[in-house]
Amino acid sequence: MAVAEREHAAVEVVDLARTSLRELNQRLHDLSARPGPRQWRVVNPSGAHAVACGLDADVEVEIDGHVGYYCAGMNKLATVRVHGNASTGIAENMMSGRVEVDGNVSQSAGATGRGGLLVVHGNASSRCGISMKGIDIVVGGSVGHMSAFMAQTGCLVVCGDAGEALGDSIYEARLYVRGEVVSLGADCVEKDMRDEHLAQVRDLLGAAGIDADPAEFRRYGSARQLYTFKIDNAGAY
Amino acid sequence: MSSTAQRPWNLRESYLFDRTVIAEIQRAAAEGIYDIRGFGAKRRLPHFDDLLFLGASISRYPLEGYREKCATDVVLGTRFAKKPLELKIPVTIAGMSFGALSAPAKEALGRGASEVGTSTTTGDGGMTPEEREHSKTLVYQLLPSRYGMNPDDLRKADAIEVVVGQGAKPGGGGMLLGHKISDRVAEMRSLPKGIDQRSASRHPDWTGPDDLEIKITELREITDWEKPIFVKVGATRTYYDVQLAVKAGADVIVVDGMQGGTAATQDVFIEHVGIPTLPATRIAADALQELGQHRQVQLIVSGGIRSGADVAKALALGADAVSIGTAALVAMGDNAPEHDQEYREIGSASGFYDDYQAGLDPAGISTQDDELAARFDPVLGGRRIANYLRVLTLETQTLARACGKSHVHNLEPEDLVALTVEAAAMAKVPLAGTDWIPGSSG
Repeated sequence: MAVAEREHAAVEVVDLARTSLRELNQRLHDLSARPGPRQWRVVNPSGAHAVACGLDADVEVEIDGHVGYYCAGMNKLATVRVHGNASTGIAENMMSGRVEVDGNVSQSAGATGRGGLLVVHGNASSRCGISMKGIDIVVGGSVGHMSAFMAQTGCLVVCGDAGEALGDSIYEARLYVRGEVVSLGADCVEKDMRDEHLAQVRDLLGAAGIDADPAEFRRYGSARQLYTFKIDNAGAY
Repeated sequence: MSSTAQRPWNLRESYLFDRTVIAEIQRAAAEGIYDIRGFGAKRRLPHFDDLLFLGASISRYPLEGYREKCATDVVLGTRFAKKPLELKIPVTIAGMSFGALSAPAKEALGRGASEVGTSTTTGDGGMTPEEREHSKTLVYQLLPSRYGMNPDDLRKADAIEVVVGQGAKPGGGGMLLGHKISDRVAEMRSLPKGIDQRSASRHPDWTGPDDLEIKITELREITDWEKPIFVKVGATRTYYDVQLAVKAGADVIVVDGMQGGTAATQDVFIEHVGIPTLPATRIAADALQELGQHRQVQLIVSGGIRSGADVAKALALGADAVSIGTAALVAMGDNAPEHDQEYREIGSASGFYDDYQAGLDPAGISTQDDELAARFDPVLGGRRIANYLRVLTLETQTLARACGKSHVHNLEPEDLVALTVEAAAMAKVPLAGTDWIPGSSG
């Protein structure tokens, strides 16, 4: 192995107690234009916002501790793992790659995400997967109210329970919940679990590294009754 | 009874229930749904027409109209951004979506704006390659729907505009009706073709000014602090909105008055929510001055800008620039007399057409129908936009020179008087011929 390759294989450690967020993100962004370390470890995040957001390179970033809002926002290609909890908007508008949180996440996890996989091993608060546009989200625990609101495409797999108004005003996203659903939102209905859906849940659980039986999940999606505005449906809102 | 001239004097039309009101009640009873339309507020509102400039006289020297320079350049985003926008004129093109407008119309806006050195803005639906290619300076909107939002386009943009609201419908979302959803629009918005596409009224991942501050930080981090961040609000609680946007870290604040246009909104919303552009302009400038941020955080005003007089008056009240939307569509050929017969065939007429939501625009501007859109020549449309922007600029300079200003930004409230008590109170300038500013303790 050449010297340069060995250097690139080493883990680059960034201590946010000593290094500014701006410097960290700039160094990570620079990787989209020129080669550098592929493995990064961020220590002492101390709830900082916007950690590792806007990445556009096939790198792995491990974050030791809790992060604030918008960690891994608009992620492309990168793998970001948070060994702690994450606040609002983890992986918002993610395009591709993988974001994984060991703990719990606050509201709007994976909001408007267009691709990639978001894995939350703990619970997710309200509006998980709001307006999702192609992202896949797997939550090991439960999700809060108004999750998958106006969800367009992609899959939300919830191994625990779902709060009020799941899938309100949903479009074409697929929702799978193993536990109880407090209530379904406007135009969201339970649908049959066919073989293709069992396979999809199995694949997503496998990708997330979560051990659960796909047969225990139920599927929810759009009744497609609100796709064209009709005054007769006004009472549904 | 075909005309007013033939109406007997004993027939008296009700002021409350005039023919427009009667027609709307009858339409509502027949259709069972509120009226959705485009355009902006049509009711009479206090506006810049209610202000006049005090030209130079013995105590003020005018500039020689054809000899002395009156600069019009404006720099937007000087507060935090590494790369502020440097525009040659203080008139920009407001956000209008691909989806609401045809691709050739968006291209024309870019061509025209670029020709005269100003910016254009995307809309709800994302950035098209044509728009980027033909817009030298392009502002990319971050809207609640996030349709078409992606980090690549974010980095391609010259500035980012976080849209909290718009003047036609502050507090409201949007709806692009299914018949305007072509294959391309559907793909950009990640939704099936032909279904109504709703735009939420709130952002999906932030609520309130503290969150907004963090959101702006994220956008700056993603774009390495290069791009100016605009925050756009519909004019309502303008004083607080402007101060909160400053606190949240905005480089530029866009205040859109209730005359601002829309592609599709309920008529009741357009006509009854928000405050006019005139008071909003003065309130916004005062809010910035109170924070010591006037000219540090730039102010763009929009909503009913039609002429250089409107531009000059907005600048005199404290704006750094204005944006045009409806006027730009009209400049490109919207509501043109040559289409009158076709407008009539779809239940409207030249000068009245406001059904932008319907997608049937014979001018090929507010449509996604390929045949209709093909009628619109983006090169000619761009030239018309450039011509119109030049006229606005020349008119603004004419008024500024008359007031003795070597830069249009040197216009000030002291150059203005009001024609009505209402306008005097809203603009905080004296009623013409008096020293009375209603509401002023002085």
